Amino acid sequence: MLNINSELKGLYAIWYRELLVFMREPSRLIGAIIQPLLWLVIFGTGLGSIIEPGAVSGTNYQQFLFPGILVMTVLFGSLFFGLYIILDKRIDFLKEVLVAPLNKSTMFFGKALGGSTDGLLQIIILMILGAIFFGIHFSLLTIILTFVIIILLLIAVTSLGLAIGSIMESPEGFGLISSFVIFPLFFLSGALFPVTNLPTWLRVIVTINPVSYAVDALRSVILGITSYGLPLDFTVLIAFTVIMVMVGTWAFKRIKL
Amino acid sequence: MPLIEIKNLTKKFDDFTAVDDLSLEINEGEIFGLLGPNGAGKTTTLSMLATLLPPTSGNAVINGFDVAKHPTQVRRSIGFVFQDPSSDDLLTGRENLYLHALMYGVKDSEIDKKIDEGLKLVDLTDKQNIRMRKYSGGMRRRLELARGFLHSPKILFLDEPTLGLDPQTRENLWEYIKRLSTENKITIILTTHYMEEADELCDRIAIIDHGKLVALDTPVNFKKSLGGDLVTIKTKKPDLPEIQKMDYVKHVQYKGDVLSLTVNDAGSHLQKILENVGEAENVELHSPTLQDVFLKLTGRQIREGSDEGEGGWMTRTMHSESR
Repeated sequence: MLNINSELKGLYAIWYRELLVFMREPSRLIGAIIQPLLWLVIFGTGLGSIIEPGAVSGTNYQQFLFPGILVMTVLFGSLFFGLYIILDKRIDFLKEVLVAPLNKSTMFFGKALGGSTDGLLQIIILMILGAIFFGIHFSLLTIILTFVIIILLLIAVTSLGLAIGSIMESPEGFGLISSFVIFPLFFLSGALFPVTNLPTWLRVIVTINPVSYAVDALRSVILGITSYGLPLDFTVLIAFTVIMVMVGTWAFKRIKL
Repeated sequence: MPLIEIKNLTKKFDDFTAVDDLSLEINEGEIFGLLGPNGAGKTTTLSMLATLLPPTSGNAVINGFDVAKHPTQVRRSIGFVFQDPSSDDLLTGRENLYLHALMYGVKDSEIDKKIDEGLKLVDLTDKQNIRMRKYSGGMRRRLELARGFLHSPKILFLDEPTLGLDPQTRENLWEYIKRLSTENKITIILTTHYMEEADELCDRIAIIDHGKLVALDTPVNFKKSLGGDLVTIKTKKPDLPEIQKMDYVKHVQYKGDVLSLTVNDAGSHLQKILENVGEAENVELHSPTLQDVFLKLTGRQIREGSDEGEGGWMTRTMHSESR
């Protein structure tokens, strides 16, 4: 017996709660923005100084780095969102949600959408800063496509974070597992370097990493540089998102209090 | 038909049996207490009733719905006030209630009205727009009480509703719980390890120890089972033969200047007794408490470091307010 109207209201409530909490803690937003900016400014300038302009796919290194940094922001911010599930477990807030007469999938989607919205706000700020300070050109189409790619990636990574949060019992355990997951996903995605001239072993690993396709899609949309082509990028990204949502829902339904 | 039927409910965690073959029936409109020490299985029982934990065996039917087969309908019938804080610090009291109303399916047209009523019931109307971070422990509990009731459930679970609150705040919260019960005819099931709390609030009490039901009765009957109140009178010339003739006096002892009596319902017979003790210098009445009941049934105190007086007897002198 599924009452669509009450499920939607519940979904809205859980999403709205995440948004309210996020807006009330400006430190979360500021912290989430500063790290990628440091990468762009310091790492981008530093490494960019030894790279000939135009050597990386015909753009300067900072611009080349920009899509990769957007992906990094999503990865680190959204996976970390899963930690809140563990913190909610420690007090009884999660029970308040779990006792609600709602479908477990609805609860999970509410959480995932809430986390994704937080991430999207960070990305929007970074895009504005990128346009102003790093010479990134956004057309309306670029903005729309960037949003689509980012939202898919956000939902996928938030779901993964929630899955880890549902299974793990301590924040320390969460930290350990997520670093095992996040650093390979990030470093092996081509976010920091072009994937065209890599040795075979590394290229293989990068090719199996689904995050590589998000980086490639963003680079294609924002800078017009692509290694895999947009159709393949989107196919992999959508599949990755669907699988992560399924994994997340599965883990959330088995949550132990 | 009882509103809640628990049959042979059992929960095992690996080798540890938290709830052991528990059977209970709870009627509509009751305030029913699950009393037992920490770790007795009270919270585990409530969690199973609220569909948060699947039972290992046995079942429970709540408001006509089996907890294992129809969890959503069960969850629609209940409200839950948890032991630990479960409201959001960064949100205001009103926002917490609003989110609850949305999640628990309160009709849009009734949300504002219900929230106003709830806030009024727990006297938090003037604090509704303050973030919960600034609430005291007692205020937070009151808000969570109003929240548990917001969607008008038939049954309200209160898990250790006054744990960690100071005595004054605790008594204050009892008033709100009683008000909720009388004004709304809601069925309340609460767990507690505070004897006074069970005594003060509950119509019936199930004493639970090591996951098993030890005894089930009303607070009055439990205390009666101990055989009466203890009256201690300091006096020089009591009329012992006359006192021994009174049928409500169970036991008489006179040592030194002190007359000790065990009396059925001492409150109503004290006048008669005092007429026969001559000039009394001092009179003390000890009522047996649930603490004594628990001690008698399980052979131990409900918890270490009890704050309820020595030897399990709660001492009340004559001039203090009697219940």
